[in-house]
Amino acid sequence: MNQDELKKIVAQMLSELHPQETPSSVPEPPVKAGEYKPSQIIVQEEALQDISKVDLRQQYLVENPHNAAAFQSLRAKTPARLGVGRAGTRYKTSTLLRFRADHAAAQDSVFSMVPDDFAKAHGLIPVQTKCTDKDEYLTRPDLGRRFDENNQKVIVEVCKQQRVVLVIGDGLSSAAITANAPDCAAAIRQGLKNYGIELGKSLYIKFCRVGASDHIGDLTGCELVCMLVGERPGLVTNESMSAYITYKPYCGISESKRTVVSNIHKQGVSAVEAGAHIASLIDRMLKQKASGIDLTEAAT
Amino acid sequence: MSGEQLLSVGIDIGTTTTQLVFSRLTVQNEGTPFSVPHFAITEKEILYSSKIHFTPLLSDTVIVTAGVAQIVVPEHAAAGMAKADVQIGAVFITGGTARKENAAEVLSTLSGYAGDFVVATAGPALESVLAGKGSGAQSYSEAHQCAVLNFDIGGGTTNLALFDCGRLIDTGCLNVGGRLMKVKPDGTVTYLSPVLQPYFHFVIGQQLAPQELEAVTGFLVSVLEKAVSGQAVPDGFLTDKAITVRGNPLFSFSGGVADLIDDTTREPFAYGDLGVLLGKAIFASSLCGKQFLRAKETIRATVIGAGSHTTELSGSTILYDRVEFPLKNLPVATLAPGEEFEDSAIVAEKIRRRSALFSADGSPSVLGLQGRANPKFSELCKLADGVALGLEPSAQAGNPLIIAVEADMGKALGQALRMLLPEVPLICLDGVHLPEGSYLDIGSPVASGQVLPVVVKTLALG
Repeated sequence: MNQDELKKIVAQMLSELHPQETPSSVPEPPVKAGEYKPSQIIVQEEALQDISKVDLRQQYLVENPHNAAAFQSLRAKTPARLGVGRAGTRYKTSTLLRFRADHAAAQDSVFSMVPDDFAKAHGLIPVQTKCTDKDEYLTRPDLGRRFDENNQKVIVEVCKQQRVVLVIGDGLSSAAITANAPDCAAAIRQGLKNYGIELGKSLYIKFCRVGASDHIGDLTGCELVCMLVGERPGLVTNESMSAYITYKPYCGISESKRTVVSNIHKQGVSAVEAGAHIASLIDRMLKQKASGIDLTEAAT
Repeated sequence: MSGEQLLSVGIDIGTTTTQLVFSRLTVQNEGTPFSVPHFAITEKEILYSSKIHFTPLLSDTVIVTAGVAQIVVPEHAAAGMAKADVQIGAVFITGGTARKENAAEVLSTLSGYAGDFVVATAGPALESVLAGKGSGAQSYSEAHQCAVLNFDIGGGTTNLALFDCGRLIDTGCLNVGGRLMKVKPDGTVTYLSPVLQPYFHFVIGQQLAPQELEAVTGFLVSVLEKAVSGQAVPDGFLTDKAITVRGNPLFSFSGGVADLIDDTTREPFAYGDLGVLLGKAIFASSLCGKQFLRAKETIRATVIGAGSHTTELSGSTILYDRVEFPLKNLPVATLAPGEEFEDSAIVAEKIRRRSALFSADGSPSVLGLQGRANPKFSELCKLADGVALGLEPSAQAGNPLIIAVEADMGKALGQALRMLLPEVPLICLDGVHLPEGSYLDIGSPVASGQVLPVVVKTLALG
């Protein structure tokens, strides 16, 4: 190798080391294929961890953080998917799987049914709105607010002597109802008894929308309807239940006349404490003869 | 939402100084209109700070009650506050002063001077917490997500409070302060605290050389150094319990002596005591080694703590019925966590055995429970059965039933108890942590009657 050749090679090496000095060169990818090292796969004998059981508020996936403790204390305040780290420009595998698992759980809650024996097991009288199946329920909200003649008869028979009617409806989450409704209803019943209000039998409404309260109001002439209903599931929980409480409901009443207590679930307000709160709320509504935006926070 | 405003007073009668602050606390519902309410103290604004008065002492063991009143009454006038304006607050006799013979008498006199629900209290652990919060050490620890150890160095005592990321980790209290010795400008000793007497055999009237005084301050600094590094403290210096310090917290200084740490302007005996020399000795020691924090509030830390950080709010879903407020100095007995959800008969038995407080001869007392985050209704009823049964003798003796549960289940438990015992006066609140042996004050309801202001104390006087 003569000196000229050597110079040429050195010049080439230098230009490769400093590509910015040769503007014509093609920009390099941020991660070269040759530098990629797949993460090590550890084969475990025991069963894999159930990914949906991990508490997202405790999980922090950023590698080499500046101050993990500080982030974690912020992280504990929200179920949002923060501090998830990344693999290149993408989510880590566990984040992606968890997202899909939560999404699947949400869809499951919408499409699955409250068990057939639920009403019987909890002493509820089963009725059904005009919807005949889940598909119709999801596509025809109007039918989920009204009852056919047979069901109307049952409702009138069960509720006509009741001043306050407590009903449980599946709504958009069957999981929410099985997880929370019985405990919450029991706490409401107990609380109302303290205020001198005895509840009669409660209804279980299949394919139920909130507006079904209004039809019950028209049918029975009751003073107040309290409906426990499954909330549209999100990615945080599929077990969230709400109480919609309407004073003197009738078909066509404005939505602003309803009082709602939402986020009744394990990570929100517990079913029994929400029930106790709802009982005192109902007592206040009966005294003020109002609900929704008409209800004031006057001292009791 | 504007929220409700509460006028709060804090009065601190310390070993050396007596001070007042008036502050305005704002209570607001932080919940959405579509959820269960959640009330919180959202703002703490100091409206008026008094002058710093010397605490009137008749002798080393007696406080001049009238003298304290002569400070408190004109300061109310200067602040433009009438007695009736003040809703809540606290009178503290702190440090060594709490051990004076007539502390209880002074507290009861002052409770009347400063509003209806003014709690009269003292206790080294609570003082440490209040100084730590009033000084700003706690909020620094929270804002910077680090550990901060606050030394509140007063005349008679040093209150230690360790915070990590804003959370209280531990407290401690030592007999170290600037007024353990009183000294004239020429070095003549006029007072030597009993705490120092076993270690320094000075005679009153004796004139001391500068190096003899330095030996005293050096000794006091070594006591502080030992206390925060896990070593045994010389006899007589531990007032309460030792503090456990882990990791490497940032040291923060409040209290009167904190102002003297790096002061070069004052004469050595500007206050007729060890304060200036002690400050210098601390500055030169390992305590101020690489980095330290001078607290945002120094000499006022405890009184600000008393005025702004004493009162907590109960949870927002609670039950109270047929009770007259305020209730003061309620002793607390607790069940062990595992015991709460056993069979009703066992729970009742445990409550009765736990404490004579709940017997027919007892006075109004608080049953502290931990509860459970998501109780089933059946669990709730079982617990209510046990509690009702256990507290029956107390209820029959005419005492109100007062239950404080930590988990958010106070209203549900209260309603369950109401079913079982329909007539008795009843309070069932939640959201409050009550250590065994603490005392609870409960003020008149706020926020349209939905929450109760409470103060958890470590010691009740009077």
